[in-house]
Amino acid sequence: MTTALDLVEVGTEAPAIEGRSPFVLALRRLRRDKVAMISLAVIVLIVLMAIFAPVFAAITGHPPNEQYRQIGLTPDGLPRGPNSTFWLGTDDLGRDVLVRIAYGARVSLLVGVIATAITVAIGVVLGLAAGFLGGIVDTVLARLIDVVLSVPFLLVAIALVSVTGPSLTVTVLVIGFFSWASVARIVRGQVLSLREREFVEAARSLGAGDTRIMFVDVLPNVLAPVIVYTTLLIPVVIVTQATLSFLGLGLPPPTADWGGMISESQNYYTTAWWFIMFPGLALLITTLAFNLFGDGVRDAFDPRADRS
Amino acid sequence: MALFLIRRIGHGILVLWLITVAVFALFFVAPSNVAQTLAGRQATPETIALIKHRLGLDLPVWKQYLHFVENAVRGNLGYDYYHQVPVTKIIGQALPITVSLALGAAVLWLLLGVFNGVISAVHPRSLADRGLTLFSLFFYSFPSFLLGLLLLYFLYFRLTLAGYRWFPAGGYSAFGAGAGAWFQHLLLPWVALALLLAATYTRLTRGSMLDVLGEDYIRTARSKGIRESRVIVRHGLRSALTPVVTQFGIDLGQLIGGVVVTETVFSLPGLGQTAVVAINQQDLPVIIGIVLFASAAVVVCNILVDIAYAFLDPRVRLH
Repeated sequence: MTTALDLVEVGTEAPAIEGRSPFVLALRRLRRDKVAMISLAVIVLIVLMAIFAPVFAAITGHPPNEQYRQIGLTPDGLPRGPNSTFWLGTDDLGRDVLVRIAYGARVSLLVGVIATAITVAIGVVLGLAAGFLGGIVDTVLARLIDVVLSVPFLLVAIALVSVTGPSLTVTVLVIGFFSWASVARIVRGQVLSLREREFVEAARSLGAGDTRIMFVDVLPNVLAPVIVYTTLLIPVVIVTQATLSFLGLGLPPPTADWGGMISESQNYYTTAWWFIMFPGLALLITTLAFNLFGDGVRDAFDPRADRS
Repeated sequence: MALFLIRRIGHGILVLWLITVAVFALFFVAPSNVAQTLAGRQATPETIALIKHRLGLDLPVWKQYLHFVENAVRGNLGYDYYHQVPVTKIIGQALPITVSLALGAAVLWLLLGVFNGVISAVHPRSLADRGLTLFSLFFYSFPSFLLGLLLLYFLYFRLTLAGYRWFPAGGYSAFGAGAGAWFQHLLLPWVALALLLAATYTRLTRGSMLDVLGEDYIRTARSKGIRESRVIVRHGLRSALTPVVTQFGIDLGQLIGGVVVTETVFSLPGLGQTAVVAINQQDLPVIIGIVLFASAAVVVCNILVDIAYAFLDPRVRLH
């Protein structure tokens, strides 16, 4: 009978304690991972750069959208290289590349975090519903997942954005709409086996309804893969946003964002290397830091994956 | 096996049908001013109405849809709005370019990914393993347009400036017009695509090789005195490749449907670039045709993967 009592506790209030212990262990493993910690430090720096973008503008004295046609361009109207006034050079309109990179970080991080959050939220709820409820719900959702995963994402995304007109909201929604399916598929697969376990039966015998079992009992058990996937999704989303911008479907000008800056630099890469290199470097460092960190999170939360 | 196949194909057709509905709903809900664009700025409302009528845009959406499906089943995807060229012909012209790009890149990324994965798995946690992991993560983090532009900057612009005209600035040269030029035009796009995709394969191969090398039959093979290289390739790699085959099918399906960014950066007029141009012109029949074709490529490749899987692993057939 003691076992039954234990199960009662799991079903009612224990998730907070039960769920935390392996979580704390994983965090401890993560903290010992040097590469992951360095990446985290880089991510923090980028976040700080985004938050304090106005400080960059204040120190240099150059607002992000101010065009310095006299001092920022050569007599031929070409961008100027890095110098004491413009530390990372200027772009084709005589704007300060450094300040625009700092402001561009805001777009990348904002889209990265918000779109990822939406994606994961939809994916988790629908994956839970499909895996746990089964039957017609599962059939419909599984088919829907197949459809979304078969659609050529980038093509349809560009088509959609070109129809609605580019904006931050559209970008976030388009990314969220097309990315939830892979999260849902992972969660569904996990839930399919979890729902057969005894603790679900125990919760049900206590009178818990489907919603409660799904979110209170089953959800904590799929959190580890979801956390791993979420960390690895952020850089993918950042790249997608930059790609849309690069194809001319990002934010309307003159808003600074990295993909758009690289796109503008395309016609100048033979004359102004700094114009493409610095925004490119900012983008690459950001995605690399998130990927390395995500890799560390994966190792920490799923130690089996790397040490078999 | 036959039943499994029929079910799988049925599934595929269902998915494709749902995609046509979704795509149609998507593009026809949005306001379109194609007729206005075609007629020019000074067109009278009558002219615009006439053009709309000729393109069938004055019919209710569901009628347009039925029309489309009826024709599509007969292998006719409609005509583009601007030059009245059959969409199937447009796809037919762009496809060889995309296929050249995808297959060439596939050879490179498979070689690179599987080789690196095996090296990593044979010496796990070694310096080589760590180095290769970092190498693949580095390229995995690259936005494809950035990698393409950097390759162009260093290998086209810098080299040409230094007097080595090894690579063109972009564009496509048909295989029929000379294999050398074809190869030269595609090498940089291949490398750009392969470096990005190889990472996934390195990781997959490494993971499944590590699993397989821990199996009993590998120990048996070694204890029989078989050479280590033979154990690794013949006994280990052979069964470790199953997940790689799955991933390969998925990736290839997606690439055949158009490599939007790489084609744009290297000015290759494949399906991806054709679609981008069509999107900018609101050329609906072309957009819908390419999206549908691309989805079909994904669906077909997924079915092929399942079939390959059923052959490789008999347990799959039972479900």
